[in-house]
Amino acid sequence: MPKTDTNTNFLGLLGFALLAVVLIALPHLLSFSQQEILVLLVINVLLVCSYRLLTLTGEWSLAHAVIMGVGAYSSALAAKQLSFPVPLAMLTGAGVAGFLAFLLSFPLFRMKGFYFLIASFAAGEVIRLTWKWSDLTFLFGGPKGIKRIPPFPDFLSIDFYEPVNYYYLCLIVVAISLLILYRIERSRIGLTFHAIHWQDKLAESVGVNTFRYRMLAFVVSAFFAGLAGALYAHYVGAVAPNRFSVEEMVYILIWAIVGGTATFYGPIIGVVTLTILNEVILRSLDVDEMRPMFYGAILIISILFLPNGLESLLPKIKGWFAARKEKRAMTEQLAE
Amino acid sequence: MTVELFFQTVVNATYAASYMALIAVGFVLIFGVMGVVNFAHGELYMAGAYTVVALYAGVGLPFFVAVAAGLVFVGLLGLLMELALFRPLRDNPLGGLIASIGFLLILQTIAVLGFGVRMKNVPPSTQEKLVLMDGAVLTYQRLYVILAAVILLTALWFFLRKSKFGWALRACAQDREAAVLQGMSINQTARLAMFIGAALAGVAGALTAPLVSPTPFMGHSVIVTAFIIIIVGGLGSLEGAVLVAILYAFVHTFVTTLYDGTLANIVGLLLMLGVLIVKPTGLFGAKERA
Repeated sequence: MPKTDTNTNFLGLLGFALLAVVLIALPHLLSFSQQEILVLLVINVLLVCSYRLLTLTGEWSLAHAVIMGVGAYSSALAAKQLSFPVPLAMLTGAGVAGFLAFLLSFPLFRMKGFYFLIASFAAGEVIRLTWKWSDLTFLFGGPKGIKRIPPFPDFLSIDFYEPVNYYYLCLIVVAISLLILYRIERSRIGLTFHAIHWQDKLAESVGVNTFRYRMLAFVVSAFFAGLAGALYAHYVGAVAPNRFSVEEMVYILIWAIVGGTATFYGPIIGVVTLTILNEVILRSLDVDEMRPMFYGAILIISILFLPNGLESLLPKIKGWFAARKEKRAMTEQLAE
Repeated sequence: MTVELFFQTVVNATYAASYMALIAVGFVLIFGVMGVVNFAHGELYMAGAYTVVALYAGVGLPFFVAVAAGLVFVGLLGLLMELALFRPLRDNPLGGLIASIGFLLILQTIAVLGFGVRMKNVPPSTQEKLVLMDGAVLTYQRLYVILAAVILLTALWFFLRKSKFGWALRACAQDREAAVLQGMSINQTARLAMFIGAALAGVAGALTAPLVSPTPFMGHSVIVTAFIIIIVGGLGSLEGAVLVAILYAFVHTFVTTLYDGTLANIVGLLLMLGVLIVKPTGLFGAKERA
């Protein structure tokens, strides 16, 4: 039916245009501190979406926060010590994160499932403790980390120190990254990831090199996590080992799980919903110390009652509307 | 390294091995019977320590009464976790792990709200100490931990080998379906494993409270240690957990004494990675679990 096709295409385009307008207008409707949170939210969207690419192959890593940190540290060092221009330093940071994932995949992908989870956790902690290690303080700054990271330079007299402008920069970078991630998922490569997740033995038996595809997913996911880290480092201006600890990893997991990982938009729904909940509701209640408890309760409730995440609500709501429509049509028919 | 320092480090390592073994054995027991990685295990240890903070340092009850209360309280927390989280998620092993992360955050927040984020100093229950050969010192406070580990783990070993419940527990750990077919109650054995596993962590926390100055975030390093021990020892192997706890405690304590704590943590994690790469079933693990 070509007619409905153009219809949905048109609707889709309209939706995207509307989304773009909202995203561009949004910072002007917010206070200064909310704008700062918005920047971090956009960075976190990239972080959690890059995480999802790895989960497509069925592996859950606990190193993602540290890999983000690798991007942040590398970019900060490249800009500060090697005086790279900041945009180049950011790409270097992302590249280093990807390269590190390439190296790590040799030991890590000898394992699967629970063993991979634990091994990735160990590998991440080793990297994080190296930053903390007193013998390397001259390079990584020890537990205090790196301070006074050069900010993003002015471009065409746009001051990127302003959260609004940095938000637009992040928006563009993240939009391009998400597009790439989406295209990868929709390509043959993405299909192969799915195949490896659900039928790895079968995939191997028809000639798929599962190791290389797992490695590819890990490297791409690390590259974009590193990019998110670089965006973070040059915005905040300081990085420290504890910023990338296992607690941060827990938040990435919560966003992904509460949102759901079956669809591309699931993790985005998760991170946006929880950030709004966090910043609007919890902040207005003024219960900063209780924040982890809310997150914990949300995590438990969602795993118990909504194991497929918030994304699974959408088809349900659609189905509910469809059922109502049908019912109305039936009652109308009956009335006639 | 002088002889004196050497013996002192051996004494310190023995103490570290004792509480690590208590924690790791509980962790392995829960994993073996329920198939769940209990990420909140470090926070159960923390809860045990805070029971002593509240009842011994706060209310002023005798130290060992507070420790016993910690054992029971944390054991009950374990029962609560089993009932509310792990039972509904029994068919979803990753779900159990994630739910335990949620539980961990809740326990941490309760500790922060109840006692504040700062370290709590618990006065030692006794000032007496043993002076061993070559001037190495073992305080009674540490001796209690060593004795408790030996007594409790021996009791657990006999319980698992000799009693009917123990047989049921081990049967469930080996093959859950077959155990059910033989008429064993999965719910009952899971409750028992959870109570014992949690209570062991609680006792370790309660006994070490005067020695480590509890904070709400003390569970983090504990869970890392527990992971290292059970991976190196082999998932589901209680004897392996005890042996590796001793091994790891010695390595960690000696590296900390000779170099520094961060390097000791790195060495421990690399040890675990090495074992995972070379022999993922662990040094003492019998076979890979599905």
